[in-house]
Amino acid sequence: MIDASATAVAVKPLRAQTVLEVKGLDVRLPTQSGILHAVRGVSFDVALGETVCVVGESGCGKSMTSLAIMGLLPNGAVRTADRLAFSGKDLTGLTERQMSDLRGDKLSMIFQEPMTTLNPVYTIGDQLTEPLFRHRRIGRQEAYEKAEAILERVGISGAKRRLGQYPHQLSGGLRQRVVIAMALMCEPQLVIADEPTTALDVTIQAQILHLLKQLQREFGMGMLFITHDLGLVARLADRVVVMYAGQVVESGPAKDIFERPVHPYTQGLLRCIPIPGRTERGGRLGAIPGMVPSLIGGIEGCSFRSRCPAALPRCANETIELQDLNGSHSYRCVLDAAAGNDAWKRNAGSMEKTA
Amino acid sequence: MSGQSTVLEVQDVTRTYQVSHGLFGGNKELRALRGVTLSLKKGEVLGIVGESGCGKSTLARLLLALDKPTTGDILLDGRPVSKTKTGIISRKVQPIFQDPYSSLNPRKTIGSIITLPLRVHKIGNAASQREAMLEIMDRVGLSTRFINSYPNQLSGGQRQRVAIARALIMKPEVVICDEPTSALDVSVQSQILNMLQDLQVKYNLTYVFISHNLAVVEHIATRVAVMYFGRIVEQAETEAFFRNPRHPYSQALLGSVLTPDPELGVPDPDLGTVFPDPLNPPVGCAFHPRCPKRVTVCDQRHPEPTGDRDDFVECHLFGPANS
Repeated sequence: MIDASATAVAVKPLRAQTVLEVKGLDVRLPTQSGILHAVRGVSFDVALGETVCVVGESGCGKSMTSLAIMGLLPNGAVRTADRLAFSGKDLTGLTERQMSDLRGDKLSMIFQEPMTTLNPVYTIGDQLTEPLFRHRRIGRQEAYEKAEAILERVGISGAKRRLGQYPHQLSGGLRQRVVIAMALMCEPQLVIADEPTTALDVTIQAQILHLLKQLQREFGMGMLFITHDLGLVARLADRVVVMYAGQVVESGPAKDIFERPVHPYTQGLLRCIPIPGRTERGGRLGAIPGMVPSLIGGIEGCSFRSRCPAALPRCANETIELQDLNGSHSYRCVLDAAAGNDAWKRNAGSMEKTA
Repeated sequence: MSGQSTVLEVQDVTRTYQVSHGLFGGNKELRALRGVTLSLKKGEVLGIVGESGCGKSTLARLLLALDKPTTGDILLDGRPVSKTKTGIISRKVQPIFQDPYSSLNPRKTIGSIITLPLRVHKIGNAASQREAMLEIMDRVGLSTRFINSYPNQLSGGQRQRVAIARALIMKPEVVICDEPTSALDVSVQSQILNMLQDLQVKYNLTYVFISHNLAVVEHIATRVAVMYFGRIVEQAETEAFFRNPRHPYSQALLGSVLTPDPELGVPDPDLGTVFPDPLNPPVGCAFHPRCPKRVTVCDQRHPEPTGDRDDFVECHLFGPANS
């Protein structure tokens, strides 16, 4: 536990303040075979001190969503949004210069591969202080002192010596700690992390996540976490956004999503993962048959209907909107929430170990 | 499963690589495997877990006879692998690798990739090879319309099915699965796991299942071996292992598994960040610099395994009374 004096600096009475608002975000990418509609009307928001996880399988648009927020989309991609605001400030109208003033300062990002995010020819110290020199008026000595302090904070021993080292001299877990330290240099209000622990071993993953949670309590920043790992989402998230084929199909508090999932896709995903002690050993895992539809051109009706066990004829041609369940939990399905829940409970019961 | 014949035996195998250390540094020894002993009975699924760099994949390469042990020997059906022709080994032991993108030749058709082992070993004629291909494609759930497709036209899950079909067309005894599902999405991972399990029962296969995902290992393996820094530090029946992991490293691994329980929060495995340097291995137990339960003897003497061949732990806490 962190003592009160340490947290006092960060968590002012700002807890519920929204730091990121995304409404109706669309991303279109030109490809050889047509326009790929990668993100289709995605809406969610993140408050200070809150962790929101965006979860989905490859190609669901989760990484494109994060890149769209950061303004780092590939060339040719078109981003439109009803509202895209950071700390109340509209991001859609900003120039590249203004956007780059924001990135690495109040809005920072942690990428997946600690091997490729660090520049191999600069020392750790050079790379850690770079955001400070870019965004703050600060002397060299002060910057290096700050870098040393942050390195110690992320659990790297011998911080002073590390500042002079190069990335190749560090292990994968240490490199990811350096990347996290770099993201925190300017005390950001929002950190967007795209699969930051996927390349790491399980014990190191747990250490890094534990550290991120601790730092979040200390600095009070909002975190937007992009991942495909449902276990990680359950342990880390305050709120969950489930994406499929570029759309949000279900979102709500983590407890609701894992205990009372409504959308057939969310339920299907949860049945796919083996859980030690709960799924029957050697038994069959749930599966979602079929494949994600092509996102080139439009999709009529529900994008999940071809793989859905509960699909109805009307799923093919109706436009399905997100339905609000209880103010915080919403889902995109024609099914009645109560019926969806019953189906989940029945199946969950039959999957539990009988012994 | 006891009473079954032993298919594969690994006897105190070490593998040392020479690593150049700069212009004047000379060569140093990197000991990737530091004495591994294993035995695999027919029909068993042995899960091998451990973190990157612990020697899992080196062991896989040795089992496939892609590399030779520095000392020790590997016995396949009681015959030393070092004295057996690779052709004979590859008929009995087949691999499934992690990345279905790089393990398939992009310029060959699916049909040709799957039948290659038969052609290399000159088994049957074109007609019987085609028959075998159709049978195995059906088994792994690949539509015959893919026969003339190329790997880049297939999804990740389909490619992994091709890799599995290629491994099984030889009707091998042992299949070495090196992280076969970690590059796949969860919904595809569960399909592949179900299929591997069905095929194992159907053909009475023996699997060595290498993975860093403990939940997957728990689901599919009958026995678990935990590797750390080139040695197996604990081995046990899967159920016993998950009920009561003994080695502090096994406990940390198990504690780090993120099950989808929103109330539990992120676990703190309570391990330091001091990783052993394979060029300068620590004295005593290799895990002691990170171990939350270390005692004085840990940095002085290497612990001896306690227990029998198939069920042991290598830790001073379980060893005979230390003096």
